[in-house]
Amino acid sequence: MADPAPPGPKTPRNLFAEQAANRRTTWLLIGVFVLFLAFLGFGFDLFVLGYDASRPARRGAVPIPIAAAFATVFGGVSSWFGYRFGDRAVLAGSGARPVRPDDPNARVLMNVVTEMAIASGLPMPKVYVIDDPDPNAFATGRDPDHASVAVTSGLLMVMNRDELQGVIAHEMSHVRNYDIRTMMVVAALLGAVLLLSDWASRVRIQGRRSRDDDEGSAASGPLGLLIFVVWLLAIVLAPLVGQLLATAVSRSREYLADASGAELTRNPMGLANALRKLQAATEPTRRVSRGTAHLCITDPLDRAVNEREGKLADLFGTHPPIDDRIARLEAMAYKG
Amino acid sequence: MSVWLIVVVAVVAVAVWLYNSLVGLRNQVRNAWAQIDVQLKRRHDLIPNLVGAVKGYMQHEREVLERVSEARARAMAASGAAQAGQAEGQLSQAVGRLIAVMERYPDLKANQNVLALQEEVVSTENRIGFARQLYNDMVARFNTRQQVFPLNLVAGALGFQPAEFFEMDAAERAVPQVDLQPGGGR
Repeated sequence: MADPAPPGPKTPRNLFAEQAANRRTTWLLIGVFVLFLAFLGFGFDLFVLGYDASRPARRGAVPIPIAAAFATVFGGVSSWFGYRFGDRAVLAGSGARPVRPDDPNARVLMNVVTEMAIASGLPMPKVYVIDDPDPNAFATGRDPDHASVAVTSGLLMVMNRDELQGVIAHEMSHVRNYDIRTMMVVAALLGAVLLLSDWASRVRIQGRRSRDDDEGSAASGPLGLLIFVVWLLAIVLAPLVGQLLATAVSRSREYLADASGAELTRNPMGLANALRKLQAATEPTRRVSRGTAHLCITDPLDRAVNEREGKLADLFGTHPPIDDRIARLEAMAYKG
Repeated sequence: MSVWLIVVVAVVAVAVWLYNSLVGLRNQVRNAWAQIDVQLKRRHDLIPNLVGAVKGYMQHEREVLERVSEARARAMAASGAAQAGQAEGQLSQAVGRLIAVMERYPDLKANQNVLALQEEVVSTENRIGFARQLYNDMVARFNTRQQVFPLNLVAGALGFQPAEFFEMDAAERAVPQVDLQPGGGR
């Protein structure tokens, strides 16, 4: 892993193609998550509430798949809340405090953010500082007009001006590419999946007992058994599957944010040196919770999986290996 | 009959979309220019403060300081994008020189007021550079849109004109000539 990886095969497409692709990915993910939720709910209808589409008039049965409807609506509502209020939840949860524009200690930070807002042609985001000695940073919000950038006090301590500029450029690229929105919605849907699968797993055994006398419905027979097994698996594996969907998005977005960040500053080495310093800081960022990890510039938990190559790391890591990211930035610098 | 109606509606819709995209780009170019203008004014306001703050420390560098003040006066008097670009380019050069020379004075690094002003000037220089980068990107897109089919046929008739790039490089290349003349005269 010490030898530098070759520059990535994925050369960045132009900005508008990226934004369009990100919007598609967002909708696709929302679709997959909502279908998954609907499936969890529908299984609940079949096996617990005794829903049967072929015999709607049966006594004691629920006439509509009420749990499926509930799960779908629940997913929709929570993704809307994530979209609308997720940034506030994340900022409050990590103890971020807003920086006043005239704070003399934050003058360089505010100047650098202003510079990057000008370079990207975006409105000035709200700026927050988190009191934590470990260097890290993240961006959040639903669109560039409602974006926030948060950095830890440790980041301000260790980075020089060029490196700070690289980090902020990376975060502004997340804002410009609408990664922040994708991540908020994904996090909210992931939360909904976790909550619903938890609820479903609590009641399923109780409800199953009353289904013994029922023959010939969709819930019995070999097909019914298969659906039942898949449904149980889905409930058990829901946290894992949700995590996989979330990390799949987050990982690929990091390379792009590095590349377009370097394009903003025209100085790839600033971010490369910053990443090297972030790599050297092995302490976890305590103020940033697990649910916020995929928003940060480097993994706040410093999990080893992010530093590995290969299929497994691609599945579970929220961030690509730092060595690889540095190598790609250096390749950009040498090209000139 | 209805087929022709659909074709006409489609053509009108595409024409409206193209026209609106051109107007949108023109507004983006204007906004980007306004941003450069804001930062240039900010620079013109900041420079006398910095020069005033460091003057006492830098008696032996009067030439450097004078060159900054003169370049500022010329930049403020310049009119038109081409002339302004050249004058601002020379001012960038002079300010960069001043900042570099300031590094040689340890007393200046102990002065909080000077440090704060220096940070503001450095940031303003960066902002001008980034605003110019964005403006020129926008101009390139705006001009390209006018020059490609089908808008190249009608852009002029609709009152659209190619926007001017904001070039400071030409002036920066000319700077060695300025350096050859002792006393920093024009």
